[in-house]
Amino acid sequence: MNKHVKISAENVSKEFIQKGTQRVPVLKDISLQVFDQELLVVLGPGQSGKTTLLRIIAGLEKPTQGRITLDGEEIRGPGPDRGLVFQSYMLFPWKTVEANVRLGLEMAQVPKEKHAETVRHYLDLVGLNGFEKYYPHQLSGGMKQRVGIARAFSTQPKVMLMDEPFGQLDAQTRLFMERETERIWLSDKRTTIFITNNIDEALLLGDRIVTLEGKLPGRMKKSYEVNLPRPRDPMDMEFLKLRHTITSEQELTL
Amino acid sequence: MAYQTVKARKSLKLRVLPWLSLTAVILIWQFCVSPPGVNDWRIPGVLLARPYDVLLLGIEKLTDVNPDGATLLVHAWVSLQESLSAFLLSLLVGIPLGLMMGWFGVVRGLFRPVFEMWRPIPPVAWIPLAIFWFGIGMEGKIFIIWLGGMTPCIINAYMGVKTTNPVHIQMARTFGASDWKIFTSICIPSALPMVFGALQIALGNCWTTLVAAELLASDQGLGYLITAGRSIGRTDIVVLGMISLGITGVIISQIIYRIEAKLLAGIRR
Ligand SMILES: Nc1ncnc2c1ncn2[C@@H]1O[C@H](COP(=O)(O)OP(=O)(O)OP(=O)(O)O)[C@@H](O)[C@H]1O
Ligand SMILES: [Mg+2]
Repeated sequence: MNKHVKISAENVSKEFIQKGTQRVPVLKDISLQVFDQELLVVLGPGQSGKTTLLRIIAGLEKPTQGRITLDGEEIRGPGPDRGLVFQSYMLFPWKTVEANVRLGLEMAQVPKEKHAETVRHYLDLVGLNGFEKYYPHQLSGGMKQRVGIARAFSTQPKVMLMDEPFGQLDAQTRLFMERETERIWLSDKRTTIFITNNIDEALLLGDRIVTLEGKLPGRMKKSYEVNLPRPRDPMDMEFLKLRHTITSEQELTL
Repeated sequence: MAYQTVKARKSLKLRVLPWLSLTAVILIWQFCVSPPGVNDWRIPGVLLARPYDVLLLGIEKLTDVNPDGATLLVHAWVSLQESLSAFLLSLLVGIPLGLMMGWFGVVRGLFRPVFEMWRPIPPVAWIPLAIFWFGIGMEGKIFIIWLGGMTPCIINAYMGVKTTNPVHIQMARTFGASDWKIFTSICIPSALPMVFGALQIALGNCWTTLVAAELLASDQGLGYLITAGRSIGRTDIVVLGMISLGITGVIISQIIYRIEAKLLAGIRR
């Protein structure tokens, strides 16, 4: 199969200057390709530069070295072609669920007459119909993150970037949200980069998993194809085998 | 679903105490000052009037224009007009200016130096110029009081925008939002609680500046009432003016507080 490369990172490195003078290398020589319609999982332990990598792809940080392209064009700043779901939910507390999603559409300058329908469509997709008029503080963590997902999806970005979206959820809700994510992703196969520190989450969701090394600066370690049928069963033999391979090759803290 | 409602009540003690202390102060005051015309060990009437006499004068001044030229209510009304119009003007000018200074580098660059120069000058220092420019009518006083109200409006609006969660702004950028859109839909709502905080401070500033402005140049108003009392040596008039200032001040600050709470509840449900 001839796969179209959607996102390509070429030798991306990133250093932060901390405390005014201290150079902290956070990412080193990351080269990565994400194919069209692929769900790529980046798996790495805490503090390995995962968020930084995603922020560079989102255009919120500039790489110190190297470059990243989307459909062959270099990424120079944030834009509506990449939807970002934040690690912390980042909803606007003074807006209702509906208004939060609508604000995304307004900011992306989607024509006004499409707003009502689009909002309804994406709230349906994430299973939040009936909660349109709720304020964020009236929602559970999982529900907040769904609003974040609906908001990011609603502007139809070419690529979805998800930064440990379920990191703050309990195990049960988390599993449920992972299933939901898979369902949403299957519904239109939007190219997605999903970041996690949880190997089961990675194996449940990823078409492919790339691992980041534990110590700073984060480096790419390995890439694993996950050729298991969806929905995946965490008790399946193949699943467990792959899980074992990955864990033994990477001392994950989780 | 109907929930049981609970009545929040302060204990009897807490409700009684403030009144108790207030009454005590008034009683002590009353007994420590000599009645008019009497000369004994107590504080003489030329230094301080007794609360009872002030009360009587207050009732009399409701209808009597002597000796200062206007009834109490006219004085209060003039002061209210001056301070409230200056207050509204300072909100109208100060808040938008502060908000814009917080977000737009150009506006900040243009106004910041002027603001920093202007800020340490007390509003009352403008009184002479204000008299040259506007005379002793209402405009001059409104101008001075307006200066007093501006500072908190500008600073709070500015800080409100500055303390907007940067990740909210970044999030907006990932949607491709324009600078103006980020300003109106993210920075301004984030700044609102601080902006509301400015209302009380600005009102307080306006009210105190009012007295200073009226003490120096005026022919009506509560501040003027105090000056008039002083120039004819009537302590009861002075105290009446002071108390009226206090009471009126409390009333309008309560009204602003109510409005503020309503508005804030509307945004932050
Ligand atoms: N803006 C910044 N300025 C300075 N240092 C930063 C900045 N952003 C991140 N860092 C540093 O980069 C390192 C990696 O951070 P990053 O958030 O990318 O890790 P992460 O893998 O996402 O961690 P976690 O799993 O906890 O989310 C941290 O040590 C952090 O201190
Ligand atoms: Mg992170």
